[in-house]
Amino acid sequence: MKPLLEVQGVSKRFRGLLAVDKVSFEVPQGAIYAVIGPNGAGKTTLFNMIAGVFAPDGGAIDFAGEKIDGLPPNQVAQRGIGRTFQIVRPFPALTVEENVIVGALMKRTDVSAARAHAHEVLRRLDLYDKRAQRASSMTLPDRKRLEVARALATDPKLLLLDEVMAGLRPTETDRMVDILKELNRDSGLTILLIEHVMRAVMALAQHIVVLHHGANIAEGAPADVVRDKAVIDSYLGAEAIA
Amino acid sequence: MIARLIDGVPARALILLGLLLAFALFAPLFASDYVLTVLILIFYFAYTGQAWNIMMGFAGQLSLGHTLYVGLGAYTAAALFVHYGIAPWLGLLVGVPIAATVGAFIGFLAFRFRVGGVYFAILTIAFAEFARVGFDHFAWTAGSSGLFLPVKQYSGNDLWTLRGEPVMFYYVLLAATVAAFIGCRLLLKSRIGYFWLAIREDEEAARAAGIDTFRYKMIAVIISAAMTSFAGVVYAFYYNNLFPEQIFHISRSIEIILGPIVGGIGTLFGPILGAFILTGIAEALTEGLHAIGVDVPGAKQVFYGICLLFVIMALPDGVWPWLKRRLGLTERQS
Repeated sequence: MKPLLEVQGVSKRFRGLLAVDKVSFEVPQGAIYAVIGPNGAGKTTLFNMIAGVFAPDGGAIDFAGEKIDGLPPNQVAQRGIGRTFQIVRPFPALTVEENVIVGALMKRTDVSAARAHAHEVLRRLDLYDKRAQRASSMTLPDRKRLEVARALATDPKLLLLDEVMAGLRPTETDRMVDILKELNRDSGLTILLIEHVMRAVMALAQHIVVLHHGANIAEGAPADVVRDKAVIDSYLGAEAIA
Repeated sequence: MIARLIDGVPARALILLGLLLAFALFAPLFASDYVLTVLILIFYFAYTGQAWNIMMGFAGQLSLGHTLYVGLGAYTAAALFVHYGIAPWLGLLVGVPIAATVGAFIGFLAFRFRVGGVYFAILTIAFAEFARVGFDHFAWTAGSSGLFLPVKQYSGNDLWTLRGEPVMFYYVLLAATVAAFIGCRLLLKSRIGYFWLAIREDEEAARAAGIDTFRYKMIAVIISAAMTSFAGVVYAFYYNNLFPEQIFHISRSIEIILGPIVGGIGTLFGPILGAFILTGIAEALTEGLHAIGVDVPGAKQVFYGICLLFVIMALPDGVWPWLKRRLGLTERQS
């Protein structure tokens, strides 16, 4: 079976800086994959290329068997890729419910149907009771969950999560991990996450891609990747496996 | 549609709206000629403010050249009437599409080439200025010497040709304001309304949620321009004279946007409330200063500015959100 997402040798250069250097990997349908690596490794740039914010300078990205590189973000979303932003950007003046309705309206024309779907998603993410709150008045963990909810409401096949655990307390991280696992198990949602919180990565990911200076330096099962010498040297540090 | 229109609106708000509408319907029976002209002005600004609010308040695109659409509607309908005797209701079938097309052109230029924020605002000013200078030399509309509609004594109010007493214009503008209010409410509660708000709040996040932001911004400009140009048609037939120097002047664009700013940008009732407050203050100042015998040129403008400053400092979100809370009219949660 063809993988859901195929990233084939993509590169992106910002002036002199080679932010992403011929990175290739594949994400099979129904999997949870993680991209890790130090700050500045090119993780978010890679995400932005998948999500259509930038077109790659080289290489190709296929999703569900179709080429998506070069498509604008809204068309990538329409094809079935939902995303969150590293620095959360919910619609601040809108309520939690309205934020999620916007996502739900991508594939629904009727507002009441979208509201019903939004309520379903909000319940999954423990935000239903806060649906009347303005997004701007929420705490960071709630806003992170709201971002996930809005992306989820578009009924994606693949969910790109850019550091949704950052800034969360361990209990909140565990809650998010549980939610993501549930989503993956119940609806077969494929998830690709960028994450620094190794606790979450190890709990979630079946496969890890490690970026360093824009290049893919290691890839494989979590247990193997964290023992990889190059990964320890460049990112995790020796104490990580002690 | 009715259900969607009043869904979530508290009963008290509906009753208040009903009373207000009844008051507006019967006002000409009691109002003096002077008060009637003030009310005409109020509904003119309520309507144009509502139209501007679609672009700025809903879709987040700041237009500072909205008088361009007023002028295009006014000139088209007036010139067709003067030259060919074409009634304004037919003239607007030409004028409104012209304004919508010009709006679409400006929108296309800006949104295609990612001109946003203040630069977009400057672009809208530029086009209004092009029109002001261009119409000065446009012979078909009599250039800078002004286009005049024939004024005769009319035996009655002819609604078809919009020739008649102020009270007719009052009802036309009242109907337009009510229609715009209802239309905007329906738009805001529909799919397109949610997409506009998303674009206003965060365009990149809106795109990530699958919204074709170019398309929805274009729709906002086109609807807003078309609505505004209808006000221009009424304006032309009410005042009976058009000068490029006046109708395309930037101060006219500013007048349009002050109502919604004071009333509450992005709210449905803000433009109406703002028009009442601003025109009310302006007229009260004129009368007040006259009564106490102050005859200093510009005194009215200074007081007007101070009032504006006060409103904006005290209630930066506008008067309506505050008043709505005070009146207990916040919408029910579904």
